[in-house]
Amino acid sequence: MRGILGGRVYDPANGIDGEVRDIWMRDGRIVPADEIDPEGAETFDATGLVVMPGGVDIHSHIVGAKVNVGRKLRPEDHRGSERKRKGGYWSGSGYTVPTTHLTGYLYAEMGYTTVMEAATAPLVARHTHEEFADLPVVDKGAFITMGNNHFLMRAIKEGRREEARDYVAWLLRATKGYAIKIVNPGGVENWKWGGNVEELDDEVIGFEVTPRQILETLGWINDELGLPHVPHIHGINLGRGRSGRTTVESIRALNGRRAHLCHLQFLSYKAGAGAMHLSDAVSVAEAVNTAPNLTVDVGQLVFGPATTMTSDGPLQHNLHNTMGGRWVNDDVESETGGGIVPVSYEPTNPINSVMWLTGLELFLLIDDPWRVYLTTDHPNAGVFVHYPQVIKLLMDSAYRAETFEGIHRRARKGALLPELKREYSLYDIAIVTRAGPARSLGLSRKGHLGPGADADVTVYEEKEDKEEMFARPRYVFKDGGLVVRDGELVAAPQGRTLHVAPSFDSAIEERIREHFREAYTVSFENYSVSEEELGRNETVPCDA
Amino acid sequence: MSVEFQLITGRTREQAIGLHKGKSSQPYRDATHVVEMSGQDMSQIGIDEGARVRLRTPAGSGEFVVREADLPTGLLFVPMGAAANDLIGADTAGTGMPSFKGQPVEVEPA
Amino acid sequence: MSTHEHVTCTFCGCLCDDISVEVEDGHIAAVKRVCANGRGVFAEHCSDARRPTVEGREVDLEEAIAEAARILDQADSPLIYGLSSSATEGQRKAVELADVLGAVVDTTSSVCHGPTGLALQEIGEPSCTLGEVRNRADLILFWGCNPSASHVRHFGRYSVTAKGTLTPRGRQDRTVYVVDVRPTGTSKTADHFLQLRVGSDYEVLSTLRLLVRGESVPAEEVGGVSVAELSELAERMKSCRFGVAFMGMGLTMSAGRNVNVAELFSLVAELNDHTRFSVIPMRGHGNVAGSDQVLTWLSGYPFAVSYARGYPQFGPGEFTAVDMLARGEADAALILASDPVAHFPRAAAERLAAIPTIVLDPCENLTAGVARVVFPTATYGVDAVGTAYRMDNVAIRLRAVVPTERPTDEQVLEGIIQALPERAAQLEAVT
Repeated sequence: MRGILGGRVYDPANGIDGEVRDIWMRDGRIVPADEIDPEGAETFDATGLVVMPGGVDIHSHIVGAKVNVGRKLRPEDHRGSERKRKGGYWSGSGYTVPTTHLTGYLYAEMGYTTVMEAATAPLVARHTHEEFADLPVVDKGAFITMGNNHFLMRAIKEGRREEARDYVAWLLRATKGYAIKIVNPGGVENWKWGGNVEELDDEVIGFEVTPRQILETLGWINDELGLPHVPHIHGINLGRGRSGRTTVESIRALNGRRAHLCHLQFLSYKAGAGAMHLSDAVSVAEAVNTAPNLTVDVGQLVFGPATTMTSDGPLQHNLHNTMGGRWVNDDVESETGGGIVPVSYEPTNPINSVMWLTGLELFLLIDDPWRVYLTTDHPNAGVFVHYPQVIKLLMDSAYRAETFEGIHRRARKGALLPELKREYSLYDIAIVTRAGPARSLGLSRKGHLGPGADADVTVYEEKEDKEEMFARPRYVFKDGGLVVRDGELVAAPQGRTLHVAPSFDSAIEERIREHFREAYTVSFENYSVSEEELGRNETVPCDA
Repeated sequence: MSVEFQLITGRTREQAIGLHKGKSSQPYRDATHVVEMSGQDMSQIGIDEGARVRLRTPAGSGEFVVREADLPTGLLFVPMGAAANDLIGADTAGTGMPSFKGQPVEVEPA
Repeated sequence: MSTHEHVTCTFCGCLCDDISVEVEDGHIAAVKRVCANGRGVFAEHCSDARRPTVEGREVDLEEAIAEAARILDQADSPLIYGLSSSATEGQRKAVELADVLGAVVDTTSSVCHGPTGLALQEIGEPSCTLGEVRNRADLILFWGCNPSASHVRHFGRYSVTAKGTLTPRGRQDRTVYVVDVRPTGTSKTADHFLQLRVGSDYEVLSTLRLLVRGESVPAEEVGGVSVAELSELAERMKSCRFGVAFMGMGLTMSAGRNVNVAELFSLVAELNDHTRFSVIPMRGHGNVAGSDQVLTWLSGYPFAVSYARGYPQFGPGEFTAVDMLARGEADAALILASDPVAHFPRAAAERLAAIPTIVLDPCENLTAGVARVVFPTATYGVDAVGTAYRMDNVAIRLRAVVPTERPTDEQVLEGIIQALPERAAQLEAVT
């Protein structure tokens, strides 16, 4: 038994807003009040300190095929961002694309205990799990990209949505994935022909289905399978001036069905004069506010180096043409694609400045903190180690105003942001970085400190400067054991891989085998990731 | 008399198959102590198919059995392996990669 | 007798996973669908019980591990090299060992597609998986590679003759170009063979880039190829539906090395302004792609890594094995799943005989012949399970088809790590 005593607890899932309470942990879980036995327990004095559940990152690109090419691409990213081997802890390197051990250590040192890998192509899911094995401390799961999947699109075209449903269930089991991920539905397939999609009713070449149909079908499938999370959607037109409009249209197209829109900042622009984008956060936030079926994460821009890496092949190629620099592309047979372009965001760049304020406007215009989460779409809009800086921007309107003054004047002109004075409280931050994402993910033991919750707890010293406060926790506990003290690692146990195993009618297998013979260059029998290949793992139940 | 050529090394099926038998095995040695040369170059030097020649580079030298092949004049091919590597220098131009393809080499009948 | 289906051959980067293996009394009796190069992986496999040796003397595993740990611990500048025929499990341990020791770890990439990695760092890499080639490619270009000798089933499974969803007629649905310095088995399959002068790849690629941009070239021939032929190739590339270039040692090993590859990568990137075009490096060893992946996710860099300062540093030319050995900078070596005494230039290979060398390999090789400690290990994909990465970076789980009497690379390397004196103290900190 371990106790964290006398701290001010922020546990919004259980309605606790800064009450002084003790937190007790045993066997990796929070102990119910009637089972507390302080005899012989190790205790930590949290008097005057802030206690929250461990951070939950709902969207980050940290492991797998795409991330690793990003590492290989950018030796310059690693130099100057190295960590020495210390005792039993691995050395590592990298800033926007850190190595796996360093990634786990940095997240833990920041008080985060659960991280979801945002996009894994099914054909290379095994690679994601191999890197998970070398990602210490945090619990983790992988979202499986499906929005350009040939089997699915054909089933949609032919009106066989029950088969599509069974295929998705099979696919999640085969990849040991956590959730349905959709990236630029139809657009990535069209990129294999040199094209893209621009409207929800554009046709996907060779399949005669539309992005709208893909979204609708996967939304239906998610509900049918009772998956713990909802379809996690990177919409069409990311980065384009029409994105705000098509985001609002996509929200309507979902028609009340539950979904999560990721890195919404990148999809909330409207066209300005010339090549300039403007923030369309007002329309998008309004659409989100009136769609209680939705959760979103912002993908807040942080000035400085970043590496764009998404499954959105055509987007990445456009970015390459705009920036003129290095470009990686990877088309994945029958499934998806993607690309990588290194970038650096500057406040002297007017478009970057608009991107920065768009994200903040979304945070401040979306009313319900339970439905808007803090991310930087790491490493696309910013590096995850800067979450504390984003927290400060949300909590401290003077700091926000000061930073606003430093961005490009063309972005400042006529901007709404200065009028938005709302400041997030600690309770709000606990929601957008812990309780909210955990709830959207359907992780009933994460993001809160009620009895039976996983004993993932972060203790902060309250500081005036919120960036400093959240950058260096006093204590971080993972499964009830201390892993970080004063911002430094004291243990690095292995976390769990979280995955789902929805039921399906096994009759689908024959059709899938046929599809493999026709469309793949690996055997059906060699495709699936088996449980033996995972380390510590947990099957999160479906609710079908 | 020795004549200067360019040497390239590379994979052959025989070398790959021989490798499984073991690099001290006769099939592997036979497969790797071979130099392919154009018929025109063979005439110029005055050697026949199956003749033994000595190849020499600044890095070293070795004896190889000549086999006629469809090669441009001036170009020799030796299968990759220990025999070829007697001829290849360790200068990698700062990349880690030696000059396995494009090494000036002298040839004389052995 | 039992038959194992969907077995993966690990000889080359094709990682053909449709092999059928018949096993009788714990021995491989027959193998189907494997090519002549890969047959030996199964037919000539080395899985018999064999003890490690120290200076030729058979010892038990613990003693060999202790001796290997002693050699590495006492070295000032140990080199760990190879990795390519091991699986993730072994590769990961090799990198961990390097991290713990403060050693240099380099892989066979440095004498294979290392220059390709350098080009990727400079330009990027527009690429795709092999199924995209089979299903979509109507134009295939082989530059400086000879799959008919090195990747024997490539044409039939993935490229020239493979039938795919948009290429139902296989060969007839494609145009094949081969660029090389001499006719080969591969050039004989081509619709067009461009024979260029040794060492002129860069000029020819540059010329193609100019032609693709619609610029004129003030010459009649470049590198022995007529500009007329190059113009025609440029037009074909721009107007195809989905083009794929496969490239190999002809670019990485010739004068210019990574600069040659960077020129090809730039050409492919620019073709994407006109159509869709990709490039796939023909990875040679069965799991050299895995070496790149594992070393990159653990250190940040794909080869030539030094941990001497306590953190990973990248240094092609400095920390690459040929250079370190030729300059006499390594004073001990652990060679995993590769045979540098056979494949390195003499000046580097000789050094391995002059320093204490440890070898982990299933079969007899020339490096074991000069080593102080030799561990005959299990073969991933024959008598041990593990993961390997295909040339297009698809990870495939290898099966074990016969029982093993040997430790795996993973087990031996873990044993060495544990036997290092400082390791015990380090463990306390973490657990």
